[in-house]
Amino acid sequence: MVNAEPILKTENLQCFYGSQRVIHDLNIEVLPNEILGVIGPANSGKTTFLRALNRLNALNPSYRQSGTITFEGQDLRKIPDNLLRKKIGSIFALPQVLPISIYQNIAYGPKVHGVASKSKVDQIVEESLQKAYLWDEVKDRLDLQANRLSGGQQQRLCIARTLAVEPEVILYDEPCSGLDPISTAKVEDAMQKLKEHYTQILVTNNTKQAARVSDRTAFFLMGELVEMTDTNTLFTSPRDSRTNDYITGRFG
Amino acid sequence: MRRKLSEIFIEGCIRLSGVLCISFVVLIFLFLLKDALALFGGYSAGKFLFGSQWLPVSEPPHFGIVPLVIGSLYVTLGAILICVPIGVGAAMFIAEVAPQSLKTILKSLVEILAAIPSVVLGFIGIVWLGPFLKTTLGLSTGMCGLTGSLLLAFMALPTIISISEDALAGVPKAYREAAFGLGATRWQTLWRILLPAASSGIIAGVMLGIGRVIGETMVVMMVTGNAPVIPASILQPLRTLTATVASEMGEAVSGSEHYFALFAVGLILFIITFLINLVADMSLRKARR
Repeated sequence: MVNAEPILKTENLQCFYGSQRVIHDLNIEVLPNEILGVIGPANSGKTTFLRALNRLNALNPSYRQSGTITFEGQDLRKIPDNLLRKKIGSIFALPQVLPISIYQNIAYGPKVHGVASKSKVDQIVEESLQKAYLWDEVKDRLDLQANRLSGGQQQRLCIARTLAVEPEVILYDEPCSGLDPISTAKVEDAMQKLKEHYTQILVTNNTKQAARVSDRTAFFLMGELVEMTDTNTLFTSPRDSRTNDYITGRFG
Repeated sequence: MRRKLSEIFIEGCIRLSGVLCISFVVLIFLFLLKDALALFGGYSAGKFLFGSQWLPVSEPPHFGIVPLVIGSLYVTLGAILICVPIGVGAAMFIAEVAPQSLKTILKSLVEILAAIPSVVLGFIGIVWLGPFLKTTLGLSTGMCGLTGSLLLAFMALPTIISISEDALAGVPKAYREAAFGLGATRWQTLWRILLPAASSGIIAGVMLGIGRVIGETMVVMMVTGNAPVIPASILQPLRTLTATVASEMGEAVSGSEHYFALFAVGLILFIITFLINLVADMSLRKARR
């Protein structure tokens, strides 16, 4: 891993839902163009961490957080919501397609960010679908309602939709949990190719997926970062016994 | 055995309520139909539906409902133009913009609004709104279509607001997150995602509100001037279908042509509100799917 400035950095991050603390004192650095895998059992704060990065947590009224998050050296709190979420896109566990056509789903992002010309939007739609490896499957039926696609196609549509707004970071929250192995392989394949242009953070319950895809892996347990290092090192010679227990399947 | 008996008894009661409800509707319709059709024994249906004069006590009498239909149309359209944007806007505010504490207060206020008796609104119309419009717009009288429209809009608002608000709140959370996740602002999400997704529910709310407006009698009788002539504009006195029945029924001789004509007006109203409710029901059903 090259010694680059971190693109995202959290310092003493603590997250609460009501009075319950779900992340304790998290310090983590994400490097440009890496794929950072985040593993850990349920309730370990993985998703909360992810959603803190583009402030989607704030949609829940009982959420509170302390500590700082910086994105490209800038305090996250100083970046307006819509700009932040354009730069840091997210893919959810269940594909969240909007109840409109395939074309409209992808065109929606660029349109809300002010791309008006029809030909430009057409071009973005095609490029994004190609990057997400979906173009060949849907190019003849872009007017189809998006929720008529299969689960795997819907998830790749969500990736294409995120790419269409030209983010810098893409957050994945268990993107393959509802997908069959072939669709999973396609999504993982897409992630590898996207590395060239994007920083990616992958939260997954599937430790093997983290081992296959990510450059570095972080292990979360009960809201704490137990260990974070090269994926190889973490899976072959983890420093912490709890990590070892988890990846060998002794709990979680 | 005892349990069995009570079971049968309760089931019978529930069944009876259902059957009663349905038979009331059917009986009302038949009752209306019987007396309304009696008119057309001596008076042509064409003259009734398309006649431009409503002169029930002249010799010979004229029972053309066109002035009344136009009166209803003016007042209703005016009310819709006023209450739909305000109602849907208020629903958007309550569902998406207002903080939780304000939301609760607003929702109960809307319910109180629905509880104001219509005669009180009519009273406000006569005492304050009518004279106010008369002086502001320089009219010859404040008792006109617009006064009725404004008050009816007020009456339809609670229905429109609460049903639209429910529809907006019922939009899956995932749509909201997806749109926000793409960097859409609150307004863009509301306008392009939530409104279309909630549209059938909102349409149903609007239709039910309109049903209320068309059927309302007391307010329009009090404030629209009661002039059964074809109005040139909404700023002139007019009379609606409902107000005609209400104000003339007392003086019509039972069994006379006039009496049957009022029943026929009632039948027309019944058909109109029935159609509106049907459309509302259909779009609500579509919303649930």
